[in-house]
Amino acid sequence: MITTSGLTKVYRSRGREVTALDGVDLHVREGEVYGVIGQSGAGKSSLIRCVNLLERPTAGTVTVAGQDLTALAGRGPRAGKELRQARSRIGMVFQHFNLLSTRTVQDNVELPLEILGTSGKERSRKALDLLDLVGLADQAGAYPAQLSGGQKQRVGIARALAGDPKVLLSDEATSALDPETTRSILQLLRDLNRQLGLTVLLITHEMDVVKSVCDSAALMERGRIVESGTVGELLATPGSQLASALFPVSGEVSADDRTVVDVTFQGEAATQPVISQLSRTYNIDISILGAAIDTVGGLQVGRMRIELPGRYEDNVVPIGFLREQGLQIDVVGQGHEGQESVLVKEGAK
Amino acid sequence: MTWSEMQPLLEQACWDTLYMVGWSTLIAVVGGLPLGVLLVLTDRGGLLQNVVANKVIGQVVNVARSMPFIILMVALMGFTRSITGTTIGREAAIVPLAVGAIPFFARLVETAVREVDGGLVEAVQSMGGNTWTIVRKVLVPEALPSLIASTTTTIVALIGYSAMAGTVGAGGLGDIAIRYGYQRFETELMWITVAILAVVISLIQFAGDYAARSLHSRGGRSGPAPKLRLLKAATADTKTV
Ligand SMILES: Nc1ncnc2c1ncn2[C@@H]1O[C@H](COP(=O)(O)OP(=O)(O)O)[C@@H](O)[C@H]1O
Ligand SMILES: [Mg+2]
Repeated sequence: MITTSGLTKVYRSRGREVTALDGVDLHVREGEVYGVIGQSGAGKSSLIRCVNLLERPTAGTVTVAGQDLTALAGRGPRAGKELRQARSRIGMVFQHFNLLSTRTVQDNVELPLEILGTSGKERSRKALDLLDLVGLADQAGAYPAQLSGGQKQRVGIARALAGDPKVLLSDEATSALDPETTRSILQLLRDLNRQLGLTVLLITHEMDVVKSVCDSAALMERGRIVESGTVGELLATPGSQLASALFPVSGEVSADDRTVVDVTFQGEAATQPVISQLSRTYNIDISILGAAIDTVGGLQVGRMRIELPGRYEDNVVPIGFLREQGLQIDVVGQGHEGQESVLVKEGAK
Repeated sequence: MTWSEMQPLLEQACWDTLYMVGWSTLIAVVGGLPLGVLLVLTDRGGLLQNVVANKVIGQVVNVARSMPFIILMVALMGFTRSITGTTIGREAAIVPLAVGAIPFFARLVETAVREVDGGLVEAVQSMGGNTWTIVRKVLVPEALPSLIASTTTTIVALIGYSAMAGTVGAGGLGDIAIRYGYQRFETELMWITVAILAVVISLIQFAGDYAARSLHSRGGRSGPAPKLRLLKAATADTKTV
């Protein structure tokens, strides 16, 4: 639904050059919620703003719903008619809501319809429907300043949906909200995604956002996408930073006298017999340091951190055995250490 | 001078001042609003970025704005005659008043429009709105409280200018104060004129403040912002009057 290839953005200001995007290839499938996560300054906003060409890419192409937007953009700095029409079919919500303070809630939602040239009666019918959809039917006549942050974002979402978009872009839509409100807004996005078949590309620096709503995710660092895939794929990728941040297990790391490994399993896979089998077969004592089962992106995932006695080199055979059982094994520490720390810290901010 | 002698003089003078200030304010708003918006749009990073046009407009506005009004009035005499057919009287005074007030108002508009949150512009762009839509639906409505305050400032400045125009036969309250108060020592008449001016200016500022603030409170923000700006602009600009 959204494809970028070789997307590059270089900002030039007063002789200085900042490469915000450095060859980004992104592929968002129709009907999925796709999260891009990264630290601030990683280029996330630049990426999402390039998707509807609010920012002109320096190189590369953007295709949304089969339409090459970069080709529509033309030469000049101003957006031509075709690009503006394409934009009207892409909804966008913002961190700071960006509602017009001089218009009522209903008039804010009607604004995109005014731009599309919808008749007055049709506009107000549609705006009221959308406000109903986001649960704000009773606030149609209020001004944005009279609403809470969560309500403002609901208006922002209703407004973004006014043009019947197939795609919704969200730049840190919940970053200005408290955790409780964040959850309800994410739930709303999830519902809209399901009910309307809306494709959602969302940008965030919070791991919890990815964890609760995304089908797929990408990790961005210094203008590049360093990891991407469906949540299931990521969790099945050994050493994935996103996976360990999405699903952290606590416990000690490996040392000279012990090898600590994380065993990840999805769905119904039973680890318990495997662990006891391992213990019996190789006659070793296994301690379980921690374990958790969670739902990530709608998938049931379990992860267990276990300790084997002795150094890694002494445990190559038992680890091989675990891998043979179809389990995903990550050795924790000694060269693998610190994988999760970056994102966990970032998400905790 | 008795009150019955003064009354018709004052009445006529009030009408003349109102006439001059009213028309020149109208022209200043009609001319200065697009100019001020254009100053923002053509600036670096603006929607109609055009560095050359921006520099030219900016320079013209600056020069015209800092020109002492009395000089502007004299310099524009030929122009005034070509438009109104005369250089004296209240119609003739409107020309230099408007010419002086357009750049004055344009700068105030520029400041007001620059304060509109860029995120709103971006939101409308993302809906597919063009530049004209952004001007009409975002920049002007969102800047409206400030624009009203700017208009008040302009009206008050124009009352000041119009008094000067009065000295070259345009009539109005300034003319009365000078002809009777200064030249004929009719101190009483002069003080009445001063009192009328004080009342009129206060009323205008009060009305402007009230209008700006009621718009603001509809937007839910608290009041003092536009008033502060109004005071600042007014003090900053008194030197050109
Ligand atoms: N308009 C701009 N002009 C110059 N540099 C910019 C501009 N916007 C963003 N940048 C730079 O590009 C980099 C990426 O920024 P951004 O896309 O906002 O990252 P994020 O949203 O991940 O925090 C940063 O180094 C930032 O300073
Ligand atoms: Mg950002």
